[in-house]
Amino acid sequence: MRFRLTDDQRALRDGAREALARRFDGRALRAAVEEADGGGADAVGAGRAAGPPRLDRRLWRALGDLGFFALRVPEADGGIGLGLAEAVLVFEEAGRALLPGPLVATHLAAGVVPGAATGETVVAAVDGGLVEWLAEADAVRGDATGAVPLRSLDPLTPLHRVPAARPAPDPVAILLTAAEQLGTAGRVCELAAQHARAREQFGRPVGAFQAVAHLCAGILVRAETARAAVYAAAVTADPADIAAARILADDAAVRGARDCLQVHGGMGFTWESEVHLHLKRAWVRTQRAGGVTESEELLAAALTPETA
Amino acid sequence: MDLSCTPEEEEFRARLREWLARTLPALPPRPSPDDWPGRRTYDLGWQRRLYEAGYAGVHWDATPSVRLIFLEETERAGAPYVGANFVGLLHAGPTIAAEGTDAQRARWLPPILRGEEVWCQGFSEPEAGSDLAALRTRAWRDGDDYVVTGSKIWTSHAEVADWCELLVRTGPAAPKHRGITWLALPMDAPGITVRPLRTLAGPAEFAEVFLDEVRVPVVNRVGDENDGWRVTMVTLSFERGTAFAGEVVACRRVLAELAVEARKNGRWDDPALRRRLGRLNAEFRALWRLTQWNVSAAEASGGVPGAGGSVFKLRYSHARQELYDAAAEVLGPDCLDLDRPWTPDRLSALAYTIAAGTSQVQHSIIAERILGLPKGR
Repeated sequence: MRFRLTDDQRALRDGAREALARRFDGRALRAAVEEADGGGADAVGAGRAAGPPRLDRRLWRALGDLGFFALRVPEADGGIGLGLAEAVLVFEEAGRALLPGPLVATHLAAGVVPGAATGETVVAAVDGGLVEWLAEADAVRGDATGAVPLRSLDPLTPLHRVPAARPAPDPVAILLTAAEQLGTAGRVCELAAQHARAREQFGRPVGAFQAVAHLCAGILVRAETARAAVYAAAVTADPADIAAARILADDAAVRGARDCLQVHGGMGFTWESEVHLHLKRAWVRTQRAGGVTESEELLAAALTPETA
Repeated sequence: MDLSCTPEEEEFRARLREWLARTLPALPPRPSPDDWPGRRTYDLGWQRRLYEAGYAGVHWDATPSVRLIFLEETERAGAPYVGANFVGLLHAGPTIAAEGTDAQRARWLPPILRGEEVWCQGFSEPEAGSDLAALRTRAWRDGDDYVVTGSKIWTSHAEVADWCELLVRTGPAAPKHRGITWLALPMDAPGITVRPLRTLAGPAEFAEVFLDEVRVPVVNRVGDENDGWRVTMVTLSFERGTAFAGEVVACRRVLAELAVEARKNGRWDDPALRRRLGRLNAEFRALWRLTQWNVSAAEASGGVPGAGGSVFKLRYSHARQELYDAAAEVLGPDCLDLDRPWTPDRLSALAYTIAAGTSQVQHSIIAERILGLPKGR
């Protein structure tokens, strides 16, 4: 048992982090949010003149060039031929960076839908009662008949509601979503700790106050426990391991982002802070690939001898 | 990332599994929890069997992976836990192995491995629990002896111990972390009084130990005088590292038993309860993966488990309490019956967030040592 990243996996993760920082840094994130918001704070109360967010096609093709979508496509078919573990590491980085777009849907379509692997085709998927990025998609997997736009809580994830019946959730979609949640959990832990070290109140950094320090420690404990679960599920690909990973990762991302907001105090409640974007995206991901209820029921069923 | 075992590790597992299947049916019946002499005999007898079969040193010599396989297989087979050998095998032994002289290793390690001597832990004091470094038990030099006066509390197995890993203050003028010394105290020395403490779980699990001018030879000192805090940190990192690994396997077994019980008594039809058990399944699966992750990290760095042990200890101790709360929900009114095994376990689980560093202390360790937050108060 060598349950740790190999040198190659470490290099892949670092490479993905650098590439994403180059192509989608904090400024790009901010610009995308402002554009989607129709001009930022000035637009409050003025309606959404800018309409739903647009997907950055150049960024999408760049992701294709980096192999983001073709990662698990066999080399014989023109892909990179890596496995689930590597995909999880890259999706974790996408989660950290708050990369927008139907990443999981397009990744799963690579090798199936022409152009998906290279990032030329943007693929959306009907997932439960929702479709992300429907208006920007070149191809849609699943039945999107009767799709109605809703006013999405996440400024960078446009959503449509769909009446279609729920297909059985794809375990790989659950796992890659959990990996994105893990990225959020790690990122909000960093943001909380940075703020707690820097922000002074009562003449001391707020991180010196036990109540704040313990909030930050709780974020880390949830993130690290989720990390072990997500990475293990990537190695075993076992449906119960994947269900466990999603439960832990959803919790680490959502509660982590909330606690991070709390650590930021009033600043955390503003539109300018990055924290709400993490929380909103984490909430969006909790609705993907079946909800947490399905995962809990799967794990309960796995406890009984009849279905073990 | 690889969760598979090497052929050698698989061979070890197969041999151990076969030995356990052969050995466990021949064990004597378990003594009751408050029969201390019986527990001592039983636990030492188990250790003796491990020694004769060549498994006694697994806790020390084997690679962390093999140690994990050992814990997994013994727990899965329902083998006895380390019990009264806990402190000797998992604390004092590793500490003496790492910090002791050759003579000290030769004197104390073989009897621990052979199941001949029991150790207890003289760390906590009435005024120094979580703030361990505030301990006041004094020791001063008199010729070739230290003379020790003070008291210790929460000392597990003190009634039946031969030795105590004792922390004493030898440098009263030094800063509190710098004036501490680690001594091996013979429990039959004149001047020692042991008074069992009844816990909320019923039987006496702990004792108070009173020390009145007890003479401890200077050769029983492990590490340098006034260097006991560093020596102790070596011990505690073992405590928070892999010491709980076997218990995670045990919790997973209890969880499966809860599902069986709930099916029997009809509680399984309640979706809220099913979801709660499903969530606990996720939790304990994750804790097992976290153990494997920490063990692999320790293996890679070739050493002692780091602050990651605090992450595990904190999460595990709360999960264990949640497990037995869920058991109470499955049992319904029977959860108040002390003859149902989960009821006493629910009570003893209350100690987990306090013992070996409270959850609040673990949070502070994580905040300071992993996240680099300023030291608080």
